[in-house]
Order: sequence, then C-alpha cells, then structure tokens
Amino acid sequence: MSLEPQELGELKSKIGRDPTPTELQIVAAEWSEHCSYKSSKRHLRILPMEGPLVIAEKGYDSGVLDVGGGYVITAHIESHNHPSAVEPYGGAATGVGGVIRDILSTGTRPIAILDGLRFGDISKDKQARWLFKNAVSGIADYGNCLGIPTVGGEVEFDQCYESYALVDVAAIGFGKKENLVKNHARKGDVVVLVGGSTGRDGIGGSQFASDLLESEDRSAVQIPDPFIEKLIIEAVLEARNQKLIHAMKDLGGGGLSCAISETADALGVGIEMDVSKVHTREPGMHPDEIMVSESQERMLIVTSKTKLRKLREICKKFRIGCSVIGAIKSGRQMRVKKGRRTLADLPVDTVANATLLDLPSTRPKYLYGIEQEKKLRKISNYPKTLLELLGAPNIASKIWVYGQYDHEVGIRTVVKPGCDASVLRLDNGKLLSAKIDGNPKHCYLNPREGAIGCFEEACRNVVCTGARPIGMLDHLQFGNPKDPEIFWTFLESLRGLSDFAKNLKIPCIGGKVSLYNESIFGPIKPTPIIGVLGLIDKKPLVPQRITEGDCLILVGDTKNELGGSEYFEYIHKFVGGRCPVVDFKSSKKNMRSVLDLIKRQLLKSSHDCSKGGLAVAVSELCMTNQIGCKVSLEKIPGERLDADRLLFSESHSRYLLTVGTKNVKKVQEILSKNKVSFRQIGRFLGDSIIFTKGNEPIIDLRVDKAQKTWVSSLRDLVLYG
Amino acid sequence: MKVGVVVFPGSNCDRDMYHVLKDVFKTDTKYYWHEKPLPKNIDAIILPGGFSYGDRLRAGAIAANSPVIKDVQKMADKGIPILGVCNGFQILVESGLLPGVLLKNRSLNFMCRWTNLVVENNKTPFSNQFEIGQKIPIPIANGEGRYYADDETLQKLKKYNQIVFRYVESVNGSSNRIAGVCNEDGNVVGMMPHPERAVEYEINPTDNNASTLIFESMLTKMGVYN
Repeated sequence: MSLEPQELGELKSKIGRDPTPTELQIVAAEWSEHCSYKSSKRHLRILPMEGPLVIAEKGYDSGVLDVGGGYVITAHIESHNHPSAVEPYGGAATGVGGVIRDILSTGTRPIAILDGLRFGDISKDKQARWLFKNAVSGIADYGNCLGIPTVGGEVEFDQCYESYALVDVAAIGFGKKENLVKNHARKGDVVVLVGGSTGRDGIGGSQFASDLLESEDRSAVQIPDPFIEKLIIEAVLEARNQKLIHAMKDLGGGGLSCAISETADALGVGIEMDVSKVHTREPGMHPDEIMVSESQERMLIVTSKTKLRKLREICKKFRIGCSVIGAIKSGRQMRVKKGRRTLADLPVDTVANATLLDLPSTRPKYLYGIEQEKKLRKISNYPKTLLELLGAPNIASKIWVYGQYDHEVGIRTVVKPGCDASVLRLDNGKLLSAKIDGNPKHCYLNPREGAIGCFEEACRNVVCTGARPIGMLDHLQFGNPKDPEIFWTFLESLRGLSDFAKNLKIPCIGGKVSLYNESIFGPIKPTPIIGVLGLIDKKPLVPQRITEGDCLILVGDTKNELGGSEYFEYIHKFVGGRCPVVDFKSSKKNMRSVLDLIKRQLLKSSHDCSKGGLAVAVSELCMTNQIGCKVSLEKIPGERLDADRLLFSESHSRYLLTVGTKNVKKVQEILSKNKVSFRQIGRFLGDSIIFTKGNEPIIDLRVDKAQKTWVSSLRDLVLYG
Repeated sequence: MKVGVVVFPGSNCDRDMYHVLKDVFKTDTKYYWHEKPLPKNIDAIILPGGFSYGDRLRAGAIAANSPVIKDVQKMADKGIPILGVCNGFQILVESGLLPGVLLKNRSLNFMCRWTNLVVENNKTPFSNQFEIGQKIPIPIANGEGRYYADDETLQKLKKYNQIVFRYVESVNGSSNRIAGVCNEDGNVVGMMPHPERAVEYEINPTDNNASTLIFESMLTKMGVYN
C-alpha cells in the first residue's frame, strides 16, 4: 500500500523535498491505477467522445446527452470487482451506491440501474454460487431501498472467474438541462462534506483494487447504507433546485484524497481542508485514515458562505451530516491541516495527474493456433442438445435475478427486464432504451472482434426496441497490465471499440477501466462490457403477442463462426475456433432496415440472435409467447453449413422478426430494396419448437417442456446446486 | 378537494403516487413531510410505498412513530379516507390503524412481479367502483409482504368484511391470500400491491387497468366523480 520506488523519486523531485506521511498516503491513493488510469489513459484518447448530443463539462463523473425539450440524460458505468470477490453483498451494494452518486453529482436524478454479473461455473463451484447469490442480494437490497429500478443487465458464468467476481453497474440519470451543476468555484467558497460519516471502512480500497487479489482484505471493503444514500439523493436534489451547489463530487475510490485533489484540479483552484472538521464514525481516527477512507454515501459540495445556511437546513431536514471541512483558495495547492498543524501541502496538478505509463504489449502466445478447430463428436439427439442449452446457466432465463429487483418503481419502465433491451419513458415524450453486453468467450479468442461483437450486440438489442443508438459506455476489464500479453488484449479491444464507434458515429460518453482482475488461478479472460443507450422519438416496439400463422423472418447471414459459442464451450467443452466477426457494412444496413420497419409499425416483435444462436433465439420467442414454430434450416440466409452450425452459430448482425401475415410482403419489399440479406425461415403454429432439414424434423421439442427447463434451471442451480 | 401524500425519510413511491393523482386524475395533490402537521381541510391521505427508515427494525416500525401519524390517526377517527400502499400499508399496520402484521415473503426474497387480485369488499372509499370478484392485474414489489393474522383476527376480519383484496394465486404465503385489508369502519385501507404502477397503459403490460378504479373510488367518495 505505497508508491513504487520510481514513483516516490518522481514525487520527491516534483515537490523538491521528502513527502510527509500524510502526503504519501494521499499520493499513493490518487496515483493508484484505480484513480489515475495511469496505464490506460493515453490509449483511451482514441475513443470518439464527441457527438451532436454530447454535453461535455469539466469535472463530470458521468456522461451527459441532450435528449431534447430541455432535458438531458446522464450515464455512467462502474465496477466493484475486488470488493465483491471478498464480500459479495457489501461489494455489490456499494458498487450500486458509487455509480448512483456519479449520476447525482451532475445534478440529475438517477432513474435506472443495469448490472452485469460474472462468476465462476456455478454448476460445480460452491463458492461461485455463494458469490452470485449474495451479489444479487446486495444489488437488490441497495437499489430497491433507493427506489431506483434495476431495469436490465446480464449474468454470465465462466471458469475464468473462479474465486473471483465481476460486478458491473451502470446507472442512468435524467433531468432538466438548466439544472445541471456547472462546476465552478470562487476564492472563499466553502467545501462541505455531506452525508454519512467517515469511518474505518474501505481504507486503501483503491489500492486494493489496483493489485492482484491475493489476500482477503475485508477492511478494504466498504459498508453499504442505502437509507443514507436515499436521503443524500433527496437532499442534493433539493439543494440543486435551490441553486445552492457550485460544484459537486462523489467520494469514491481514494476517498477525500481523490475528491479534494480532483475537484481542485477540475476547477483550477486550491483547496485547504482540516481533517478535524470531518464528521467521523468513531473517535481517534488517524488523519491519514480520514484522508483515504472510502466510507460510502458521502458527497463533496462547493458552495458560497451565503448559501451555506440553506444547505445546512436541507441537511438538517434529512438528518444527514453536513461539515464544512475547508475552503477554496487561490494558488493551486492542496493543503491538509489538523487544527493549525499542516499535514500535507502539495501542488494539485502533481496529485491529480500521475505520470502516464506507456506499457509494452505483445500478442499472447495462446492465440497462435487457437482458431484451429478440433474434431467434435457428432450430435445424435438435437432436441436433447437444445434442451441442455436452454438450461445452461448462461442461456437460462434470469428471472430468478431480476425478479428480486424492483424494476417498476419510478413508473417509467415501458419494456421490462427479460426482453432485448429495457425501455424507459422520459418526461419529454421520448423513450430511452438501454442495454449492457459482454462476451468474454469471444473476447478471449479474439480481443478485437469480441469487443466489437459486444458493442454490436448491445446496439442490436436497443435497435430491437425501435431505438437508434446515441451513446455508448465502455467498461474495460482485464488482468495485470504489466503483463505485455494482457496489455495487448486491452489495446486490441480498445481499438476495435474505437473503430466501430467511429464507423457508426456513436460517441463514447463514459467508461471505466478495471485492471488487475486476477485471482490465484490467474487472470480473467478479457471482459469488456459495453453499454448502449438508444433514443426513441415516438413509439417503442413493445413485443406484441405472437399468434398462430405469424411469420418469422431472419435478417443477416449465419456464418461458420462458432468459436466461443455456448455450443462449443458448454456442449463440447471446447475452447477455440473462429469467433464471430462483425461486418461493419451489413451491421449498419441491418440496423437501419430494422429501425425503418419498426418505425413503419410493420413488426410484432424483433429479437436479437446471440448466445446459443438461432435455435435458442427462436425457442425464446416460442417460450415467452407459449406458441410453437416450424423453421426450415434450408432457408437460413448465409453460408451452407451443417445443421449444428446453422442452429448454434453466434454470428452477429442477425435479427429475428415476427411479422403478421398481412405485413409480410411489405416487409420483404423494404428489406429487398435495402439489399439486406434475409429470408422468411418459418411460421408460428402448434405447441412444439420444430426445425426441419430436408423435410425431416431434426428438432421437435414441446414448448412447455422447454420453458420449464429454461425458467427454473438457474434458480434450481442456485438453491440446490 | 385535496389529497395529501405523506413523505417519510426513505419513501420512494411518493413521486409516482403524486404523478398519478396530479397528472392522470387531475387532483389537487400535495406532499406532506412526516414532521409537518397535516392541514384540517384535507379530503384523503395516501401513505406511499418505499423503505421508510431503510426498513430498519421492521418495515414501517420507525415511521409508525413519526409525528404525522398522530394526525393520521385523528383523521382516521373522523372517517377521512386513508390509503397505505406497500410500505404505507406496513406503517398503518405498525401504527395499529390496521390489524395484522407483514412478514418476510415465503421465498425470503424481495419479489417484483405482476399478479392478479380479486375484490372482496366494494364498500370502502378505495373499492366502491368495483364489482365483487372483479379481477385487477397489478404489480407487487416487496420483501416483507406476507400478510399474517392469527385465527381470532382472521375471524374478525371476515365478520366485519375487512378483507378488501385477495391474491388469485398464493404469491407470498399471506394468510387467506390477503393482499389488502381495511379497518372496521372501512375508511382506512392498506394494500401491498402498487395500484399507481398499473394505471397507465404505457407501463401496464396487460390489457386491463382496473387499478384505475381504486383512485376513481376515492374520487367518487370525495364527491369529485358521481
């Protein structure tokens, strides 16, 4: 928990003397990977950050998009991986809390949460089951108490997360543009710490998160208190309405050290603070502990002396702490005192801007020959294979998870969890669609194409609701960046995301990098998580009930791309092969065409083909609508392949459209005109999921049987193993 | 005609309830902070859902000792219509305005899902526009939503027609599938499901927004509708 020798040398030469013990703690927190992004920052600049809707403002912890009518949405994504791997309930809960305060710090009300969870193989690994169950409880207890709906997310299990956990939380805020906090400060303004007390929890948390997880350092995990967070939200929004906030920042990683130095840096001012003014949870806390404690539910607010009285009244109403801990100074020094004694006196610029690294990278050895496929055993019983896949933890319904989250509170949720993407109604009459996606199996085989695939999948999901993508959030999770092979996978993923974002003109509005994700069993697979936000001007596509006779049209080519598929990995236990590759041109064309069809109200539903391939996507439609379907394999557009490959390939850019008979011709005309690869592959009827080859059914599976497995298997795994 | 929505620290369905009353039913609605007295000229009071005091101790237990509850009690005695939804119901039970208790769901988990109610009593100010036996699709969202009363209390509830809503299926293990009850006079009603989440078709996935009648019943009682 300290600086590396060359960093210490650098600090000494920058300040021209030996640092004090408190200064060392402050700098160690702020220069940690978690706070400084020192390994990744110079590379992140390649992501396109600008767009017609993007509002950029200094010092914001979340991205802001103008959605019209005087309203904005804000969005951010965070993870809490190290803490969740040690203490899943508290780690996951405080993960929610942190990202919610990022949304709040811009002056917008948080309106939705999405969470991505990843654990080891729960069918075998008891610890993974424990981690999963408790992380879900942590998120549920925190989000439900706040009254912010958890509207979507994803859950995935893979052996690479054994003894570890990835807990990603994205949050969305909404508010009036005029209410955005315009971070500014004048000399003499006061610095106020609002909210919960500072305690001995989360000490050194950001440094803990910037190292390999070798020991269970529970004191580095923060303790959640959603009730205080709820009070802070209401108090801050009331203060915002009264225009009492000049600048605001959430206290997260690095605690006060980070919040003070980054606020001063963003505002271009100096800050002097006194640790003895901080309201603490217990007496006798050392100043250094106060400076690096990551106790939750705290906000730093800069306001004027005259507005302070009103801010105090609001905090009193909600009975939350409100301590004036410092003041804005000219000069650009960060000064920490205890009474009259100066404990730290550092240039803000030095603290807030760690020297950026340029780490070496090399293509990992494991990738050579990984696309080579081994000979797989022949599938003799296709219905059984499909049923196995429907019950596979990564494919089975996640209702056990989202059924524990209040996804209705706030009365905005138009399309609810369990569909392709969730849709929220906004006060300006428009609707917002949101989805997060990741796919470590694909990213492991090809970090670039895998990452692009996650991005495209999230886009496809929002497109299925009738939304055009307007912004993306990226969360890049990798192992130790000092390993050149791991760093190469990071750079490859980043470049892929950047290329796709530029090509589709979707700005990156925020993100996060999480490195050192390793357990005693080694590094995780590259796990970028991509969140995509889409805007719907008028009418969303809310999936309508499918009825007998409706037609099924498949848009997009099915290709021989089964590397990293659930079929290869879950059924054949084979890791390797070619992972799906997004063709930018058809990706764009297919997206636009589907959006066009939705706008013309020609579709009953649109469903994305992803994990488990076409066979699973078709089954999902059948199970959620309790109707059978007959699909002919010969009609599937794309390459001529064996039956198993047609059924289970996870090729991108594919959409399953349900069309009522009367609109089929029109839909086909429009798709032909747009030169999209498509075909009517079947029709809904009866009560069995049927796939035919020639005229012979190779799959004939009763919908109710499939549904029973799909709905209950995850819950059964959690409860009974 | 004034409706008051009482806000406790940790209430989180107050804004949803306000929206429905104000924007959908065009009713004069105001928030009342739990430490402020309620004005005398109020025509109905709603205790919204949420996690007052973070559900510490027991859901609703601390809020039941809020200053505002004395005023709510007085108004209950005067016969003014009072509705508690979800945490509001828990507070009414904890404050003794309604019989019974609310326990952890049988699954021991928080449950958020749509379910169906049937109307058992159509004499209360929040159910007078229903037919007996009418079905209401509605979402529940709670962790401590299992209504429990001992046999003696259950007998009394039946005798005085105090069971207002019942679940069609046993969703959480409630005694007699009870979802909502009223006091002996019938003017104080508590229910675990969220009618404010089922009024607008935009967010209601069914083709039935019978929940609307809960609000229309109140407005009828207040003389706004006839």
